[in-house]
Amino acid sequence: MKREVVLIDAGGTNIGSVSYALERLGARAILTDDAGLIRSAERVVLPGVGAAGPGMARLRAANLVQTIQELTQPVLGVCLGMQLLYGHSEEGDTECLGALPGRVRRLPGGPGLRVPHMGWNLLEPLRDDPLLDGIKQPSWAYFVHTYAAAPDAATVAASTHGGPFAAVVRSGNFCGMQFHPERSSLVGARLLENFLNQ
Amino acid sequence: MLSKRIIPCLDVRAGRVVKGVRFRDHVDMGDIGELALRYRNEGADELVFYDITASPEGRSVDRSWVELVARRIDVPFCVAGGIRSVSDARDVLHAGADKVSINTPALERPGLITELSDEFGVQCVVVGIDSIREADGEWRVRQNTGNPDMTSAPGLRTIDWLMRVQELGAGEVVLNCMGADGVREGYDIEQLTAARAICSVPLVASGGAGDRGHFLEVFEQADVDGALAASVFHSGDVSIPELKSYLIERGVQVRPFSAG
Repeated sequence: MKREVVLIDAGGTNIGSVSYALERLGARAILTDDAGLIRSAERVVLPGVGAAGPGMARLRAANLVQTIQELTQPVLGVCLGMQLLYGHSEEGDTECLGALPGRVRRLPGGPGLRVPHMGWNLLEPLRDDPLLDGIKQPSWAYFVHTYAAAPDAATVAASTHGGPFAAVVRSGNFCGMQFHPERSSLVGARLLENFLNQ
Repeated sequence: MLSKRIIPCLDVRAGRVVKGVRFRDHVDMGDIGELALRYRNEGADELVFYDITASPEGRSVDRSWVELVARRIDVPFCVAGGIRSVSDARDVLHAGADKVSINTPALERPGLITELSDEFGVQCVVVGIDSIREADGEWRVRQNTGNPDMTSAPGLRTIDWLMRVQELGAGEVVLNCMGADGVREGYDIEQLTAARAICSVPLVASGGAGDRGHFLEVFEQADVDGALAASVFHSGDVSIPELKSYLIERGVQVRPFSAG
């Protein structure tokens, strides 16, 4: 039987590419904003490209904030989706879901340090986690973002742009990837596969 | 550390990949899906699909191939050509493109840049600038460059436009140096260096790549974040795996071909 993943429709524009990546791995991606379907899913992915404010507004409008907070199955936030799992984002001073401890802040810019952080960067493992199974070093992932969370106890792997930031995180059943696994070639495919296998 | 990006550009006309010299005389290069996969397998960091007929004809891109590409490849890609509204951009992004690039429509209506970045985030919004040095020594922009008969000069200095698009919400700029485009004598280092000095978002060089040394030159001298090229990759004159090894040996940080 095909593994099923429910994708929360938060209006993010990477919904298509995340679905296709899951399909390439033989999973079935179901896009929905229905709370019942989300609650009963084996695994949930919160994709997202865009800004934190409109992203949270969309989840509130769909009445999904509490639903997501109370999920007990594996949940993966991708890019903005990961940022929304934190308590707060500096982007638009937005109150977020609070499923992960910590806050999301704007990346530092400066000479030679372009923001948005856009392109392939190295993943730096900080601790063992099933999400990193089979991920050899060095591993590169594709990032496109302006905001990020500082590394903390939940951080599985960091990356560096100016300073270190959280690239792969896990706190209980909630996971996040700040880069785009759906666009990170074989490394991204393996990370998604690892999420599907837990 | 963030790596420099190697970006093949596939010019699309009527659903096929084509190439031209100085934007003229287009020759068929093959099927979009096959070429996209070929470049992904060769280690391209990102792809740009540019519908060269879309803007002059006043129509939006045909999206059927966008979804096909999005399903097939697992590296990022950007779609350019004829994106004139939030709705056009949404269609392309929802079909699976990671970024949209706007050029002529931004010149016609600069507010479009802000509308797109407000809606989708700056990281989705690339502004393409076609630029050429005029007789007085100034670089100025061109619009509707997809069709030589419709190409026009709005009289805007490239440097002024580059400042403006960043204020309006561009998340990345592709500077296409038309004097160098298609002639393979190297990127326009002088112009790209001038652009780099005032560009705080990622800057991608376009136009002029003829050999692997040109890539080294543009990364080392103009400090661009990515280098875009078409004909040298399509012809096989520069192979991406070899180019990447060459750059790594010379100290330029790129994602190695072996990384998959």
